[in-house]
Amino acid sequence: MADWSPSPRQLERESARRRLDARSGTVSAVATVVVLGGLLALVLLSPGWPRVQETFFSPVHAREALPLIADGFWLNVRMFLVCEPAILLLGILVAVTRSTTAAALLPLRLLAVGYTDLLRGIPTILLIFLACYGVPALQLQGVTTSFFWLASAALVLSYGAYVAEVFRAGIESVHPSQLASADALGLSHAQAMRHVVLPQAVRRVVPPLLNDFVSLQKDTALVASVGVVDALLAARDYANFNFNFTPYLVTAVFFVALTIPLARFTDWLGRRYARRERAGVR
Amino acid sequence: MSQPLLRVEGLRKAYGDKVVLRGLDLVVEQHEVVCLIGSSGSGKSTLLRCLDLLETVDDGSIFLDGREVTDPRVDAREVRSRVGMVFQSYNLFPHMSVLDNVTLAPRTVHGVVRARAEEEARALLGRFGLADKAEDHPDRLSGGQQQRVAVVRALATGPDLLLLDEVTSALDPELVGEVLDLLRELAAEQTTLILATHEMAFAREVATTVCFLDSGSILEQGPPSRVLSDPEHERTRRFLRRVLP
Repeated sequence: MADWSPSPRQLERESARRRLDARSGTVSAVATVVVLGGLLALVLLSPGWPRVQETFFSPVHAREALPLIADGFWLNVRMFLVCEPAILLLGILVAVTRSTTAAALLPLRLLAVGYTDLLRGIPTILLIFLACYGVPALQLQGVTTSFFWLASAALVLSYGAYVAEVFRAGIESVHPSQLASADALGLSHAQAMRHVVLPQAVRRVVPPLLNDFVSLQKDTALVASVGVVDALLAARDYANFNFNFTPYLVTAVFFVALTIPLARFTDWLGRRYARRERAGVR
Repeated sequence: MSQPLLRVEGLRKAYGDKVVLRGLDLVVEQHEVVCLIGSSGSGKSTLLRCLDLLETVDDGSIFLDGREVTDPRVDAREVRSRVGMVFQSYNLFPHMSVLDNVTLAPRTVHGVVRARAEEEARALLGRFGLADKAEDHPDRLSGGQQQRVAVVRALATGPDLLLLDEVTSALDPELVGEVLDLLRELAAEQTTLILATHEMAFAREVATTVCFLDSGSILEQGPPSRVLSDPEHERTRRFLRRVLP
């Protein structure tokens, strides 16, 4: 504002605040260096370190294995991109089905409950075995025998059950008064769901959903267990052949490079949502 | 020379471009009951929040017992432990019983042992007709009861100063009375109170000083008999015409 300039007291106060900020900045820097430096020293000074360095941190093997792992990782990425939209769709369908009230839809509701209960209970790796070894054995006409697609289907079924529960929690967190307002306006249950409840629910569950997707990114590596050549299997091949474990670390770096940006994005979204929720609350 | 309990000098607070308090001055002596009146947006709530250090002021100073509390080196928690605040929307902790709500700060901030804190809390609840509610959770209480519990919770730490931000505005008309009765009792006990309120009849009866806030500063202040019955400023008159029956 043009008619106001800070008083000397306020300027003094701001410089005091800056000094306090600088001091806490120093404290956090020192604390970080001491803790991380200590951990690093613990590893580097351990008696087995030279041996570990040779078998896990060999630059030569890293360079040599890199293209193989990158090729394999591209399969992980593709699988993730295929699975994610399918999981979202399945999850939302199951969640909405569970929240219907029409009497005629009872069998669908039962199916939805059975699906989430059952599929969340089965280990994902077991589902992949069942899909990849069991489905082709049925010798069905027109059903793919590609392990890529069968394993993807298993991941979708497994994660769909989790995501459905996340959506359902979101739907149930929308306050009943919102549904009452929609009812009062004459909306049908489906319309209320579509226009009032779901938009609020989805916004609320975005952070936990992204959390599940970070987890899905890693779980694409489970396809290595049925012999699909992804990043992990490529690394294992190389490691077994050359008696050097460096490729495993390279693979880890690939996965981390993908999950960290997603995790930060999740944090950012969560903060933005919290700010909006608090807006106007004093 | 004795210091006033609270002295505010040139207080300024802006949210972005919107200046809410522009150079506000106020002195509150011990045992005073100060009513802040004014239309919504005039800065009453912001002033109370600044006094409890819930907001960082942009300029000006607040002195509590002669000590400047707006200094960044002052421990805000220590100041707040001497000042109680009650909000419009009660803000009781829903997962705790009434008794735990009231004893939380005495136990965790002031280190009172549980048995003693509970004994004092029960005595306080009893005095304000809430003895039989001690074990209930807030959702079992009416709005008026919840707000009375909120006042008791703020009193439980024995604050030097109690800030009340439109504590009856969210209540049904027939529940307003019970909360005002409680405040009347506190005023009679010479508790120092600063309250933002729309209850003009209450202000007239209980306040020692009424302050009319207009766009971020105190336009007019004095005993209720003068400010409410014979205001100097046209703006004050216009406001009172709108709110007085």
